[in-house]
Formats: sequence, C-alpha cells, structure tokens
Amino acid sequence: MNIIIVGCGRVGAQLAALMDAEGHKVTVLDVTANSFRRLPSTFSGTVMVGDGTDEGSLRKAGIEKADAMVAVTEGDNRNVMSAQIAKHIFKVPRVLCRIYDPLRKDIYDTLGLEAVSPTTVFAQLLKSRLEAT
Amino acid sequence: MYIIIVGGGKIGYSLCKALLDEGHEVLIIETDPGKCEHINEEIGTVCMRGDGTETATLADAGTTRADMIVASTNEDEDNLVVCQVARHKFSVPRTIALVNNPKNEAIFKKLGIDCTVSATNLILEHIQQEVPTHALIHLLKMDQQGMQVVEVKVPQHSPAIGKRIDELPIPPTTLLSALIRQDAQPLLPKPDTVVGAGDRFIAVIIGEMEEQLRAALVGA
Repeated sequence: MNIIIVGCGRVGAQLAALMDAEGHKVTVLDVTANSFRRLPSTFSGTVMVGDGTDEGSLRKAGIEKADAMVAVTEGDNRNVMSAQIAKHIFKVPRVLCRIYDPLRKDIYDTLGLEAVSPTTVFAQLLKSRLEAT
Repeated sequence: MYIIIVGGGKIGYSLCKALLDEGHEVLIIETDPGKCEHINEEIGTVCMRGDGTETATLADAGTTRADMIVASTNEDEDNLVVCQVARHKFSVPRTIALVNNPKNEAIFKKLGIDCTVSATNLILEHIQQEVPTHALIHLLKMDQQGMQVVEVKVPQHSPAIGKRIDELPIPPTTLLSALIRQDAQPLLPKPDTVVGAGDRFIAVIIGEMEEQLRAALVGA
C-alpha cells in the first residue's frame, strides 16, 4: 500500500515505522524537518518538509497515487482540512484523521470523514482498565 | 441580524464596529484574552473568549439563532472548520470565510463554503483592472456556474487583426457578447465581424477557457 502520513509527531512517526516495517511505501510530511528525528534509523520510506493542507505539497508527496492518507498533526482543524483535501479533491481511497475534540469528531463523521478521537478512545480504555481490577 | 465573527484580529474588530453601526447584533469570539479585553474596553461587551472552532463554544454563543457567521482568523484551517461546524451543526444560513492563502479559495469552494474572501485575490483583481497592460480583465464572477464576464482588448500587433471572428480559434463555450470600438456605439459581434486594433470584447466564459480566448484575440 502507498501511504501518506501528515504530521510526524509521536503517533505519526510510530505509525510510519510500523507500516514501513510491514513493507508498505510510506511518505511522511511535516512542516518542520526536526520532527523527522522521531523516525527510527531503520525507516526506509520518504520524508518531506511540507504543509499537509497545501495542495502543492500533497501533490509533491505523491497524493495522486496514494492508496491511503492519515492526518495526525497536532491541530484538529489542520487534520480536518488535510483529510478533506485528500478525500474530496484528490479522491484518495482511504483517509483517516485524528480529531481530539469528540464533538467536532461527531460532526465530521456525519460529513463522511473517517475520524478517530484519541480522547474518547483513551478515556474508554482507562475506564475498562479501572473496571477490570 | 445576529452576526457572529470568529477571530478578533484587525479584520474582525473593524468589521464588528461597522456592523454595530449598521444596527446589527454582533458577537466576536476570540481565543486571546488580551485581545478580548481590549475589544470589550473599546466597543463594549461584544467579545466572548473561546475557541470558535469548538462546538461547545459556538453553542454558548447562541449560534443556532445566528443569521450569519464570519470566520476571520488568520489560520485558514480554522476558518474552514468554523464555517463547516456552523453550517452542519447549527444550520447557520450564511457563512463567510476569510482565506489567507489565496490558493485555498478554490479548495474552500470545493468543500462547500459558499462565500470566501481573499485579500490577495481582491487586490490582484484591482490591479488587473487598473493596469492597462493586462489584455484580459475579469469584470464579474458568477460563482455557481463557474462563469465569468471578462473584457479582452485587442493589442496593436495581435494576429487576430484583419481576420473575421469565425476565422479565429475562439473556444466553444465562450460567448462574445459585445464589441466596443473607440468613438462608436457598442456592437453585437457577428461571425463576419472583422477584428481591428484596439477593439474591446466583452465575453462570457466558462471554466478554463480564459487562456484560449486570450490567445485567440491577443496572440502569444
């Protein structure tokens, strides 16, 4: 699979490393080159400095040939915009994005974005841990 | 009308003052406490502190009864989200987004924001209208159909001079609707009208035909 990951924070870097290790073709995009330090030395994919909400940068990252795109920058709104550009303008078959704010996530669910809210997921995880002991 | 402005920067602030003067009910939502305080001191309690891209904040601001929302922050992604949340969660009838990066204007339109304002594009359009060196001038945009009205001036050395209109490679979806010649009444261009230097055509064009029309009447 040809995957573009927008945002090379802890989650982005780890996801990139995992997908790369499984043999997928991974391209990571981030606005600051310094973020790429989070990638392991074994990472064999491509890194690119660029803005994931910019059509030109996404094109350079090869979005027209991507099978999937994941938007995991620090900003909910940035993720929402990147994901919508990927889905509605470049018609990427699979687009996932992170939205911390659960209320905002609900809206974008209804607008057809496949969004994950770490807030909800983590709260539920903690709850089930608490209940298990 | 009840108008909510998200972003209390220079644009939001001045817009708020102007709208209040016109008798509208206005609320600014601004994240920065300093800016918020400043606005409230200057023009009365019209500024609420909060993140206008958050559903909860917009609910507190009474967005359900807003007639219009204007997103004027300096981050395009925030302006996009403000308008989308206002439209889809609160059914605000009219949403206007400031577009900081002119490239985003087209993206916003494709993502369903009905009205966008880009300062860069506005100034560019003015320059094109003011500076006579531009052979093709945008006169009017008719957004919904992607149509626009343009004016094309035939320059001195255009290859079109002396040719009939039906001999020129005018793009198919283009309608030449008026011809203005110096010291003469406007004419309706006909297929056998011969083009002269200095002729000004008013044309309705669709989509990407602009460059082809320019090439036909102005040359390379």
